[in-house]
Amino acid sequence: MKLFGQSLRATIFLVFVCGILYPVAVTAVGKLFFSGQANGTLVRGSNGQIVGSTLIAQGFKDPKYFHPRPSAAMTPDGSAAQPYDAAFSSASNLGPDNSAQIKAMTDAATAYRLENHLLPSALVPIDAVTASGSGLDPDISLANAYLQAPRIAEVRHINPDRVKALIKENTSKPQMGFLGTSRINVLRLNLALDKQP
Amino acid sequence: MIANDWIQIFFSLTMVVLISPLVGRYLAWIYQSHHLSLERTVYRLLNVDPEKEMTWKEYGGAIVVSNGLFFVAGFLVLWAQAILPLNPRHLSPLTAEVAFNTAASFVTNTNWQAYAGEAQLSNFSQMVAITFLMFVGANTGIAALVAIFRGFTRSGSATLGNYWSDFFRFLIRAFLPACFLMALVHVWQGSPQTFQTAVSSKTLEGASQTLIVGPVASLESVKNLGTNGGGFYNANGAHPYENPTPLTNTLEFLEMGVFTFSLPFFFGRMIGRPRQGQVLFIVIFSLYLAGLGVIEYSEKMPNPLLAHAAIEQQATPFQDGGNTEGKEVRLGITQTSLFSNTTIAATTGAVDGAMDSMNPLSVLVYLVHMFLNEEPGGKGVGFAGLLKEAILAVFLAGLMVGRTPEFLGKKIESREIKLSALSLLVTPLLVLGLTALSVVIPAGKSSMDNPGPHGFMEVLYAFASGNANNGSAMAGLNVSTPYYAILIGVEMILSRFLPLLPLLAMAGALAKKKTLPETSGTFKTDTSLFVVLLLGFMILFAALTFLPPLILGPLLEHLSILHGVSF
Amino acid sequence: MKQKEVQNYGMYMEATLQSLAMLNPAKLYRNPVMFIVEIGSILTTSMAIYSVMTHSGGTAFGAMISIWLWLTIGFANFAESLAELRGKAQASSLRSTRAETTARLVTPVGFSHVSGSELKKKDQFVVEAGEIIPTDGEILEGVASIDESAITGESAPVIRESGGDRSGVTGGTRVLAGSLRVSVSNNPGETFLDRMISLVEGANRQKSPNEIALTILLVGLTLIFLFVVAAIPAFSSYSGIKSSPTILIALLVCLIPTTIAGLLPAIGIAGIDRAFRANVIAKSGKAVEVAGDIDILLLDKTGTITFGNRQAVQFIPVAGVSEKEVARESYFASLSDETPEGKSIVLLAAPMLTLKTPPGGLVPIPFTPETRMSGADSVEGEIRKGAEDAVSAYAGSPFSSDIKEIISTIAKSGGTPLVVAKNKKPLGVIHLKDIIKPGLKERFARLRKMGVTTVMVTGDNPLTARAIAEEAGLDDFFAQAKPEDKMALIKKEQEKGRLVAMTGDGTNDAPSLAQADVALAMNSGTQAAKEAGNMVDLDSDPTKIIEVVEIGKQLLITRGALTTFSIANDVAKYFAILPAMFVVAYPQLKVLNIMGLATPESAVTSAIIFNALIIPALIPLALKGVSYRPVGASALLRRNLLIYGLGGILVPFVGIKLIDMALVLLHFT
Repeated sequence: MKLFGQSLRATIFLVFVCGILYPVAVTAVGKLFFSGQANGTLVRGSNGQIVGSTLIAQGFKDPKYFHPRPSAAMTPDGSAAQPYDAAFSSASNLGPDNSAQIKAMTDAATAYRLENHLLPSALVPIDAVTASGSGLDPDISLANAYLQAPRIAEVRHINPDRVKALIKENTSKPQMGFLGTSRINVLRLNLALDKQP
Repeated sequence: MIANDWIQIFFSLTMVVLISPLVGRYLAWIYQSHHLSLERTVYRLLNVDPEKEMTWKEYGGAIVVSNGLFFVAGFLVLWAQAILPLNPRHLSPLTAEVAFNTAASFVTNTNWQAYAGEAQLSNFSQMVAITFLMFVGANTGIAALVAIFRGFTRSGSATLGNYWSDFFRFLIRAFLPACFLMALVHVWQGSPQTFQTAVSSKTLEGASQTLIVGPVASLESVKNLGTNGGGFYNANGAHPYENPTPLTNTLEFLEMGVFTFSLPFFFGRMIGRPRQGQVLFIVIFSLYLAGLGVIEYSEKMPNPLLAHAAIEQQATPFQDGGNTEGKEVRLGITQTSLFSNTTIAATTGAVDGAMDSMNPLSVLVYLVHMFLNEEPGGKGVGFAGLLKEAILAVFLAGLMVGRTPEFLGKKIESREIKLSALSLLVTPLLVLGLTALSVVIPAGKSSMDNPGPHGFMEVLYAFASGNANNGSAMAGLNVSTPYYAILIGVEMILSRFLPLLPLLAMAGALAKKKTLPETSGTFKTDTSLFVVLLLGFMILFAALTFLPPLILGPLLEHLSILHGVSF
Repeated sequence: MKQKEVQNYGMYMEATLQSLAMLNPAKLYRNPVMFIVEIGSILTTSMAIYSVMTHSGGTAFGAMISIWLWLTIGFANFAESLAELRGKAQASSLRSTRAETTARLVTPVGFSHVSGSELKKKDQFVVEAGEIIPTDGEILEGVASIDESAITGESAPVIRESGGDRSGVTGGTRVLAGSLRVSVSNNPGETFLDRMISLVEGANRQKSPNEIALTILLVGLTLIFLFVVAAIPAFSSYSGIKSSPTILIALLVCLIPTTIAGLLPAIGIAGIDRAFRANVIAKSGKAVEVAGDIDILLLDKTGTITFGNRQAVQFIPVAGVSEKEVARESYFASLSDETPEGKSIVLLAAPMLTLKTPPGGLVPIPFTPETRMSGADSVEGEIRKGAEDAVSAYAGSPFSSDIKEIISTIAKSGGTPLVVAKNKKPLGVIHLKDIIKPGLKERFARLRKMGVTTVMVTGDNPLTARAIAEEAGLDDFFAQAKPEDKMALIKKEQEKGRLVAMTGDGTNDAPSLAQADVALAMNSGTQAAKEAGNMVDLDSDPTKIIEVVEIGKQLLITRGALTTFSIANDVAKYFAILPAMFVVAYPQLKVLNIMGLATPESAVTSAIIFNALIIPALIPLALKGVSYRPVGASALLRRNLLIYGLGGILVPFVGIKLIDMALVLLHFT
């Protein structure tokens, strides 16, 4: 009985300290020093309207924008696909020997080539035909971006070299020189595109 | 592999090797020094006497009763989410079976998730149920481990220490401060930390997008430092809010390793044989390294089934390549391999890429890590499992040197063997039994997301994860059905406590024994020979127990892919 | 007991019959692993019979597997029976030596002649020169020289007498001279020999602690493999593979540790039997096993480390006296001295003397407790020899520093100084030395490598004790020990968690023998000592304990090695059977058939045949024991891990492949 009393007190104490006090303290200090990040690394448009977060992919479909990687985001019970829905992060969870998945990737590669006017023999970067782990991957590989550049230039009627220069400007190198990969943040690149005259 | 891959691997491994001994030393200090005044205040508040020594039964009782209440508290919060504060989205409560599964999962340090965090939990639940349970589940494991250590440090003693004192020392002196500090680092790198929940935005194309935020960073640090692994978001560490940069990815798997890889050093210091700690570290680190090698190789390997699709799978200066399905571009193959190998070895269960889309050889490594479940193992219990394996290996080897086997000066006799064997039975019984059941009955089969051996692996993985208190999943399997929610919930509780209590009993028996002086006839356990012996025993044993499902799962899938067979 | 080994076809026949009788499940359940094999055999046999009746095919394969499963149990039973029979044969050949003796039972009115086997405890009998002693007992009266060669194999007669520490007699030995009145120490059927016989008979055999621990581990492994095999049908069914119950049972039997489970009883019995062959009668299997575990060995100096007597090695004169003179006086002083020391003085002095005619009127003066000196009186005056203090008192004046130095030098070297004085004037000192038995140093070094600390217990002063301990190569010594000190020493070491072994023969050793973990009593010793010890050495050789330690270690090593071998074998069996189960449905798994076995049936059959044959193949090793080398624990483990661990993984790959090739040649596939 004494043990039960002690355990009950401990539970209440720990719920308060670990469940409430600790997150509150982190929030207070975090917001004080890193307010932008603490609120979700949001990006605001010229009118002050939130246009998204550089950390979260947007489902660009318009040919004038760079397209992100495929998204397999879906509702928690898997009943409905919700690609790029930031409220439902998910991967495809399909295995490498799943014939449906093999077919989907093959089809996606063909579609990618069509959309970007590539030769049927042109190799498609694998990140362009595979769904990301979160369904909200904000980045694409350099190869993926460079292959989309001619299409962007054509639709926007700007010099392809200008687009390539923008890609270069918006390339994130590996962090600290060696962590992670070189990559392009799609939202940032598209924002930069929109700023073009 | 490109140079950058080697640098990242070398850097990460060096960090583990450098940090672990220091943390081990710090942990030993925590448990070998006097109470702090802050701790005394807490004991007074809770009405406990930190000096009261407990027998293994009292200690085990305290674990069971306190964890029972932690579980109830967590369950109630999840189940009553709708009427609790901080729920502006009016999320409905979890179903009773998923709430049960979740509370069981988090109190056992498993962090199996049969729910999608951002879609189903309010910020209040994420804090008061999830974050709270993450702290206490991990902390219980450490306390239990310290009690088991005392089986070796004590001689002729009937008791194993005081549970409350063991619990709060770690929490106050290591766990909470480390979580607080790392949470701020996560905020700095981009993890949200706010009590807001939904942010509406208008995308460049004019569509509306709802960003889900909340107290993510504070959950993130305890998720990894406590080898918990339950994410704020469904995609876990793959979600850019949980793991915004390659740096956070590196920090996250180092967080998972910092307390777990330090346990052997901690143990060595506690028993006054630092060399023994180093040797045990080498054992778990070898398995960790071998696993990393296979995963990195396997994930970089091009998929022969895609040979005709004209897809560039190799690494080039313009892409990282490899098996990118379910992985994030910013992390790439190497960061994901490092993360996934650590999360399984340390039984965290956090993922930064979809386990279900990994290549079969990687899944083979994950499964073997989980079957071994003692390298370095989850908070405490995994390492205790390593000690159990060491005892069994020493028993066989000890006979071969012609003496009643001794481990660290304690004679290994029939009681220890009985308790070790009892603890050893749990994993095969639960994993093989539940998998066998679920791959034949419709309730089990209907949840599979992939056909063929991959579907089999999803189920095997689920029960292996629940058993190892790991918590990662091949997430295609739909586990929010009542069948899986209840079965895995029960499995997690059994897997946590069934092996733990015999090990506590064994520690109780060992503490009673005299610690024997070493002679030249004693088999020394701090040698390279012991490393080979223990590794050999562990691998042989896991192989003998799990070879049939490993053949019908990952090996069959791997060989099928090589033969161009898809399912 | 150095008789020829009783090994003949009769014994093999009997072992075969006995192993058939042991198929009875009511007996076999004692060995849970084999019990499971039996259930499996019954199942596969029934299925084979069923397939014959229904003509459903696969009969030949089913019959083949069933036969080999039954053989597996048969071989295991045979191993146990053979070990039992060998032990029994040893014991009963010994027992037969005294079956037909008649005894003269002491009755209130005189004697009555009864059969030796009817004597009960506390009965008294009389035995005279030329007669065989009917049963074990303790001498109440008399002294006799006895020929114990019937049990010890030693032809030299021994002296047994009442009162002292050599009062025990053993049944079956012959009185050469003298007559004895003996009190019987055991009821019929309860002598050490009888206990020993029941120890090797399965019925009364108690499992030793390590054996229990190992059995638990084996049962645990068996349960795990039961789960493993039980899950396979479900896994197979998911993968669209049809599983055959016969193959599943074959797999189960291959995986569970049948090899060690089959040999475990034989190993235990053989250990006791090996002790028996070394002329040591163990009262329990545990005693032999614990001997392998001991940390400290207490050894009496006198009789164990040194011969029971000291010998003169040197005469050291004082200044102004010649060595020859000291030798001469010592010679005459000791001429009538019948003690071993006295004789050795005469022997040493004789070659140094030119003239051995004794001086006129030489009268020996015997040793008395009052003077503590002996010597001789003659016309030349008094010669006396004795310990320093005794002679000093006799001389009436303190010794010169010169002689004192000689004395202390001798004492420091572990010798005993004996001062010789003529007419109260010290002439010099005789150096008496303890003679250490040959070969001991090597044996102690061997013990040290086993991790056993050797401690000498002696009543000598620390100086002497140290010197002897160093010379004999002992680790430690305990000087000026009284009998009760030994007990305290044992308790102190046991407090520290150490296991202590000792040897003893006297009644005053009995409490210590009872306290020690391993106590080897000398057969020549008192009944009390024999009762208190847990082993009796028929040869009465105190250094025999070293052999017992090795036998104990060998017992443990054999168990560990065969267990490791048994478990390691499973790898190859998996690689034989699993591909056989799965490869038909999934040809891509063919790479797993690394042995390249011909067909699924031949693969399974080969594995099960190997599993059965390995038991009889290892019986000789189980009975003989894995050889023990005192090279230190790590080296020993490395060696055994290589042989039994790595070897255990590799051997079955070769064996199964060979059997498979044979099956193909014989068209069994």
